[in-house]
Amino acid sequence: MANEVVLLDTWVSSFGMRVRIALAEKGIKYEYKEEDLRNKSDLLLKMNPVHKKIPVLIHNGKPVCESLIIVQYIDEVWNDSSPLLPADPYQRAQARFWADFIDAKVQSVTRRVWTTKGEEQEAAKKEYFETFKILEGELGDKPYFGGETFGFVDIALVTLYSWFYVYESFGNFSMEAEFPKIMTWVKRCMQKESVAKTLPDQKKVYGLVVDLRKKLGLD
Amino acid sequence: MAEEVLLLGAWASPFTSRVELALKLKGVQYKYSDEDLNNKSPSLLQYNPIYKKVPVLVHNGKPIVESQVILEYIDETWQGYPLLPKDLYERAIARFWVKFIDDKCWPALQKVFIGEEKGREKAVEEAYEVLKFLEKELKEKRFFGGESIGMVDIAANIIGYWLGACEEATGVELLTREKFPKLSNWIDEFVSNSVIKENLPPRDKLVPFLRHRFGL
Repeated sequence: MANEVVLLDTWVSSFGMRVRIALAEKGIKYEYKEEDLRNKSDLLLKMNPVHKKIPVLIHNGKPVCESLIIVQYIDEVWNDSSPLLPADPYQRAQARFWADFIDAKVQSVTRRVWTTKGEEQEAAKKEYFETFKILEGELGDKPYFGGETFGFVDIALVTLYSWFYVYESFGNFSMEAEFPKIMTWVKRCMQKESVAKTLPDQKKVYGLVVDLRKKLGLD
Repeated sequence: MAEEVLLLGAWASPFTSRVELALKLKGVQYKYSDEDLNNKSPSLLQYNPIYKKVPVLVHNGKPIVESQVILEYIDETWQGYPLLPKDLYERAIARFWVKFIDDKCWPALQKVFIGEEKGREKAVEEAYEVLKFLEKELKEKRFFGGESIGMVDIAANIIGYWLGACEEATGVELLTREKFPKLSNWIDEFVSNSVIKENLPPRDKLVPFLRHRFGL
């Protein structure tokens, strides 16, 4: 049976990028459909009726939702090459923990860094810094979060790199100055074709955010 | 080497209970240590420095935290009773509903029972919207996992048992048989299951605890 893979996504979504990196790592051919989130397609509403969000992976007509669940699904189905999760159950648990940490702690604070001002922004920055400090601690001297090879946790976090310029500009700080180890890791990840070809240019993301801020009445 | 399994938990916590259910279903021998969450043990702080929360599963000295991470670990480490389906697509669907329960149900229920009275009507409406999705997902199945209890049923313990206890503690009625016939049936199946009913905190202890917790 032919393997039909469709991805509903938006170019700027750091969640959608995770799925695109996983698909590229595995060498999976797929059809990409760009969604306009202000005018969601019937297909998106049908495939993700609960959340109505992207990304959605549609595999042979059946939808899988939630980016980290999709990445695990991809890893389990296309299991003949480039494993994304470790084989050992304890290491898998660690990978799942850190990916969950990234969603619970990092993804939840980043929006506040570029959408708030004054005291609220200072609080968001403080939280952002604390979180990245913890991540730097976890990375340590390893080449990747997973150890010697690029994997699940790296995929979960590296997609935010395309948004760093947004955080730095509106938050008024430098990732290189504050988190040099993270930046070394980012550069290592960007040497991988799957990452480099997936992540949009930081200035392009910044341009979109500038427009978005105007629409949100922030500027 | 002899296997050593330790669970740090809190007797009233549904998240701790999930882990106990999973271990019991797998037939794993373990030692349980109850934590006083107002006076956390050095062990807890050492094993879970980031969140400082229960449950923590310690397997041969190595800690695993976050209930959904622990459940996956238990399923992968001990054979026997399967918590997740074999079919990879069904597995992704199960993971989706576990996440839905944690991300959407849990906060919605908290708003209803812990929130202020003036916001209650709105909180109840929002909780209904969330519960409707689960009602629909049950379809004609006995359990979310099909014929037998699976990971989604375990994660749904907050609905299966804690929701009823909260209703009793606060006098707020949320999940009626009229509005949610399938979920009501599922709750009956859940609490009457032989493994589950022996491993839930006693109702007559839990209700006063919740009452006190809600400041009533």
